[in-house]
Amino acid sequence: MINNLAYILACVLFIMGIKRLNRPETARRGNFLSALGMLIAVVAAFFENEVVQSWNTADWLQNGYVWALLAVAIGSVIGILWSKRVKMTGMPELVAIYNGFGGLASFLVAFTQFLRDPAAVETIVAASIALTILTGAITFTGSMLAWGKLSEKISGRAIVFGGQKIINGVLALAAIGMMVIFVMPGIDEGVRLAVIIILAGISLIFGFALVLPIGGGDMPVVISLLNSLSGVAVALAGFIIANTVLIVAGALVGASGMMLTLIMCRAMNRSIKNLLFSGFGANPAVSTRGPGAEPKAISTEDAYLMLEAAGSVVFVPGYGMAVAQAQHVVKELAQKLEAAGAEVSFVVHPVAGRMPGHMNVLLAEADIPYEQLKTMDEMNPAMPLCDIAIVIGANDVVNPAAENDESSPIYGMPIIKAYEAKTVFVLKRGKGRGFSGIENELFGMSNTLMIYGDAKATISALVGEFASE
Amino acid sequence: MEMIFLLFIFVIAAFLGRELISKVPSQLHTPLMSATNAIGGITVVGAIVAVAMFSAGTLGMILSFVAIILATINVVGGYLVTQRMLSMFRKKEDKD
Repeated sequence: MINNLAYILACVLFIMGIKRLNRPETARRGNFLSALGMLIAVVAAFFENEVVQSWNTADWLQNGYVWALLAVAIGSVIGILWSKRVKMTGMPELVAIYNGFGGLASFLVAFTQFLRDPAAVETIVAASIALTILTGAITFTGSMLAWGKLSEKISGRAIVFGGQKIINGVLALAAIGMMVIFVMPGIDEGVRLAVIIILAGISLIFGFALVLPIGGGDMPVVISLLNSLSGVAVALAGFIIANTVLIVAGALVGASGMMLTLIMCRAMNRSIKNLLFSGFGANPAVSTRGPGAEPKAISTEDAYLMLEAAGSVVFVPGYGMAVAQAQHVVKELAQKLEAAGAEVSFVVHPVAGRMPGHMNVLLAEADIPYEQLKTMDEMNPAMPLCDIAIVIGANDVVNPAAENDESSPIYGMPIIKAYEAKTVFVLKRGKGRGFSGIENELFGMSNTLMIYGDAKATISALVGEFASE
Repeated sequence: MEMIFLLFIFVIAAFLGRELISKVPSQLHTPLMSATNAIGGITVVGAIVAVAMFSAGTLGMILSFVAIILATINVVGGYLVTQRMLSMFRKKEDKD
């Protein structure tokens, strides 16, 4: 009874916590409330009947408190150290791997519940066990592969091969078949054990197979989707042990991940189906148009003279800025421009970076006040009034082909209309194509000037020019 | 009957989650995701109950012991890194 009341309190705190995450001013308090809810739920778990009963066992090795507290201590130490050491550019990898851990934990809980009484599992509980094993395993291996792709331990390219869809179809059918056998009443205990192990194996392979054909550029969506799936796995685990706090928290996480996934898809004008199954970016489509006009390059000295005279400057940062670790010098340049009398803003595309909102975190890390950050919808109407747009390490999100070239793979994606600015500076490492391998006609437009070289070095040089005034 | 109640709770909570998240601005999507990621570690509650159940045998105990560690990393790491991120979101006047 008392722990159920504690679980209700925990749920309320989770809901209040998430609600407060909708404004930067209240977000920290929201995170604190949610963490408090978690603490209450964990303490309440120690008062569950099963745990309390284990207190009286003669052998201390049989005492649940010993093992639970030891495991919580180990996990806490690892979690604390890890969260302190991770770089902000590495957030997507971190979230991916944590998703994987959550999925694996739910998977293990389901398996333990099965081992408890393999012969006499009720049909409906058996169904929950099978579904938790399926979703938990997919979340685990899918997240591990996403982590590998994001951290570039393995190629970020979409991997597509002949018969891939058939293999995935067979895996799906086999998983469904195993689940059906598993929930059938009166199945022999040994058969059941074999079936659940096969189901676990299939699900683990399935997680890999689903993420394999998805390219690195689509990882923001995959991370959201896996986040959602990890929530579903938690909720399903809650059904097995009839625990309301797991169900509520899991449903909240599942729904929020799903919402973010849909928001991301909308920002790229793609459907989830297209994203998961098309192998986007595996074979860079060659535009039917020839290469545009030859891009014009200018030196940083000339760029400085133009910037000094500019009345308004908008930065368009992409993941390339984070890779070059240029956010701090960008902030310095923004300050110099403001001191020179220019109005400075930053416009962030919803899918810039490697996870939803990632770019905002990187800019916040560089101490750029969030009032200067504009969304695409806020900034686009004002773009023609803007003197200079500086594109740093962004490519597809400013590519006009999305608006005017039906043969382009990104056709239909809403973009930041940087090309409408009076002058566009594009900071780019070299003359090649970007991450997605799509030709960008912005580079050849008459109002575009290229500044080649490492983004950080270029921005530092511009800051240097301002400083030498 | 109990299963129906649990399903009911699940559906209501999912709709509530949808409503809560749809109001979060895009600039907070990363902290939102890492915060909900931490909440997802609630499976630690299930694992704590499971570790104490010796009816699942030694294997069950080892598995749930590992599950607690993994879920705790998810919870503790998730909340701390969210707090780290959110403390960087500040207004201009806060800094002056």
